[in-house]
Amino acid sequence: MSTEIIPELSRKKRGPFMDVMMRLAKSPLAMFGLAIIFVLVFCAVFAEVISPYSPIKQDLMHMFETPSAQHWLGTDEFGRDILSRLIYGARVSLQVGFIAVGIALVTGGMLGAISGYYTGWLDNCIMRVMDVLLSIPQTLLVIAIVAALGPSLMNLMIAVGISAVPTYARIVRGSVLSIRSMEFIEAARAAGSSDLRIILKHIIPNSMAPIIVQSTLGVASAILNAAGLSFIGLGIQPPNPEWGAMLSGGRQYIRDFPHMTLYPGLAIMLTILALNFLGDGLRDALDPKLKR
Amino acid sequence: MIMNETMLDIKDLTIHYESEGGTVHAVEGLNLTLGRGESLGFVGETGAGKTTTALGIMRLISSVNGKIKSGEIIFNGENLLTKSEAEMRKIRGGKIAMIFQDPMTSLNPVMTVDKQIAEMIALHKNVSKSEALKLAGDMLELVGIRRERMHDYPHQFSGGMKQRVVIAIALACDPELLIADEPTTALDVTIQAQVLELMKELKQKFSASMILITHDLGIVADICDKVAIMYAGRVVEYADKRSLYTNPIHPYTRGLFRSVPDIDEDVDELPVIPGLMPDPVNLPSGCAFHPRCSMASEECAKVRPEMQEAEPGHYAACPFCVKKFINGEAM
Amino acid sequence: MDGAYIRVENLKKYFPTKRGMLHAVDDVSFEIMKGETLGLVGESGCGKSTLGRCLIRLLDSTSGKVLLKNADDDGCIDITKATPSEMKALRKRVQIVFQDPYSCLNPRLSVWELIAEPLIVNKIYSNKNEMRRKIRSLMDTVGLAERLENSYPHELDGGRRQRIGIARSLALNPEFIVLDEPVSALDVCIQAQILNLLNELQKEFSYTYVFISHNLSVVRHVSDRIAVMYLGQIVELTEYRELFRSPLHPYTQALLSAIPLAKLDVNRERIILEGDVPSPIEPPNACRFAGRCRYAKEICRNTPPALREVMTGHYAACHFAKEN
Repeated sequence: MSTEIIPELSRKKRGPFMDVMMRLAKSPLAMFGLAIIFVLVFCAVFAEVISPYSPIKQDLMHMFETPSAQHWLGTDEFGRDILSRLIYGARVSLQVGFIAVGIALVTGGMLGAISGYYTGWLDNCIMRVMDVLLSIPQTLLVIAIVAALGPSLMNLMIAVGISAVPTYARIVRGSVLSIRSMEFIEAARAAGSSDLRIILKHIIPNSMAPIIVQSTLGVASAILNAAGLSFIGLGIQPPNPEWGAMLSGGRQYIRDFPHMTLYPGLAIMLTILALNFLGDGLRDALDPKLKR
Repeated sequence: MIMNETMLDIKDLTIHYESEGGTVHAVEGLNLTLGRGESLGFVGETGAGKTTTALGIMRLISSVNGKIKSGEIIFNGENLLTKSEAEMRKIRGGKIAMIFQDPMTSLNPVMTVDKQIAEMIALHKNVSKSEALKLAGDMLELVGIRRERMHDYPHQFSGGMKQRVVIAIALACDPELLIADEPTTALDVTIQAQVLELMKELKQKFSASMILITHDLGIVADICDKVAIMYAGRVVEYADKRSLYTNPIHPYTRGLFRSVPDIDEDVDELPVIPGLMPDPVNLPSGCAFHPRCSMASEECAKVRPEMQEAEPGHYAACPFCVKKFINGEAM
Repeated sequence: MDGAYIRVENLKKYFPTKRGMLHAVDDVSFEIMKGETLGLVGESGCGKSTLGRCLIRLLDSTSGKVLLKNADDDGCIDITKATPSEMKALRKRVQIVFQDPYSCLNPRLSVWELIAEPLIVNKIYSNKNEMRRKIRSLMDTVGLAERLENSYPHELDGGRRQRIGIARSLALNPEFIVLDEPVSALDVCIQAQILNLLNELQKEFSYTYVFISHNLSVVRHVSDRIAVMYLGQIVELTEYRELFRSPLHPYTQALLSAIPLAKLDVNRERIILEGDVPSPIEPPNACRFAGRCRYAKEICRNTPPALREVMTGHYAACHFAKEN
């Protein structure tokens, strides 16, 4: 019966994860992003080992020092080593970024998937609640939640996470709505698949692209959000190092000692850039249509 | 109507697209002539290069990745490929008009239909705005839409009516050549019958030449004078309708005719052409059809066959079959 | 053919819309014999796909029955009222092949995963090797080369994709398959290949088919009997040759005359219908074709005609249909 004439590519079977990694490896920008994230994670994990000084020890003899052999990135207004504070700060910032987005992604994603898949009154209820959340300015919402729960790292992450839930819920709902009307969902139902399997196996993987992009951006904005909160005293409590707090702390000395804001700023920028590159790469790698 | 006067003469047209996988040979050395007042059915499967040829005539090949590599398109004695973009804009919609496949997407949804027709008229004819709108109403009546409906938006019309509007736009400037790209594929059978009937009628009235792109040999039988069968970027058979339908010569044409189920005859198994359309990135050597052809010889894989005349006005790109036909052998 | 294998009784499917009830399928009754192919033709929006989906309960019907004969005894089960656990068992017996081979396959799954899906979700095989053998044999049955198993749908042409769709629906060894426009998205040459494949499969495994299409020549080629639908109702139902030889309903006559034939010198009168198909939302209580029918009389605008047996085995829903 089969009449095959055109030779077609045949591949060896790899695991789906390896498949994605192989494709990701072909994008230099994504690899660059991944490398930076690895460095940051390494710093965060081994902060005690690699940082040259304690991040909180004040040294009033060496205040406002510009970069030198002793202090590679200089010191701040209390003579604390900026490099060490940045290394320890990576711990806090990455934690806040990823966990807050994780909270937002899981809650928002589930809510969005449920409301997009079932539609009807359930959808209406969920989306109206999301609309209420969206109508409150995000920063205000975060401040209110942290004020209610009390300032701490965990509460900060929860607050930032909750404030981002509606965004994810909307994105996921939108893509679920467009995917659920596709015939392959009906085909899966005809094959006897359960609702849960349809959502997990067919809908979520096909709605990944916008979510991944949003998540990488979300990590960035969560880091910034946390920084803002630390600045007004609702986030990380001093003297604990945090990039955002360092940035705002150095702001008043920016004319005379720009290095105090420059390096935390660079750290935030580099992280966000790396996350964006990685996000773009992942989106392409996860899409079999773009595979070459 | 003067027949036999050549209006469109395409010589050795080659159009390539660049894609990630390599160069797509969409049209490869295509030759075609069309007389004034003639209607030509341009038949082929998906990916044969029919639409690309049409877009090539209109010079609408995307400049991002597409390129007309070589050839000439002589329209009324002038080579369209050497025209400037400004000159082409005058010709498009004016002397050469095109009807696209999907009436749902080829109309602007936020503009009333009379304005869309009037816009076309205003672009190509020297008339006032009110006159253009009046002409638009006339055009709509001509295609069977009541004048009262001229201020309606496209979504207020059904699919068949929308295609009528599209036809009205195409004919608004009295084109000399009308290119219709699968104009009825998106329509239902009974609506298709209405539109085809309308097109036949208008063909008489406007005495325009027409290229009808389709994959349906039935539609060609209904309204065309000449037929060109296209395969893998080339015309493989060209003839007037009668000789092509009575004596299809090229093996591909014959396969095409046989694989359509007949409504008067019972067959248990449809004769099929084995295999698939060749990948346009990687066309077979020699005759592009040879890997699927039951009569292919070694020669076919080496030499690209040229069109040969089998009977007056009937050309086929298969020297083997042409010879057989002339000798009166069975095929 | 021993009695009806599937009996559809007064099946209705309405969809609520903002402008009122949309009567997609409106009081349809017919029978399907074991091992036959019933063709379902009609224009877009006539409810043929909805009917197909109601038959295998991809859609819940508004009212009516779809009685499927049990495999082991003489009783039957009403698919429209099957419980979830009964439905799980029925999914193995009734299957569907979709129209669009481009959108009916999840683009993120490989050919292998796509064909394995029905086997996995129905927990058919506990042994990996057995499942592998089954998938290989399915791919062989539908004519897919083994080396394609790790390809993704977008790398394949429409014909091969449709073969994947067919393999998926055959995976559970069904008895009854709804083919919803399986070849309309394909080129004629590929269409012929798929039609032959479906035909061979039916011969080998004695499947019962419902073949939905708008293409009359294709339907004629595959069907034993053909039902013509117009605005949610069956207007004519008979053996395929009979339908083409002596259509009784004026709509069928118009439909047949509108087929473009790839032949010259065909002597036939072409009936061009005026206007478009009216809206299926809150249709009037009358013959639905009356507005476009050239024979319409007063009675047609007041009384809806019932589908009646005009000649033996030839049903038509027209007040004026008579034996000839």
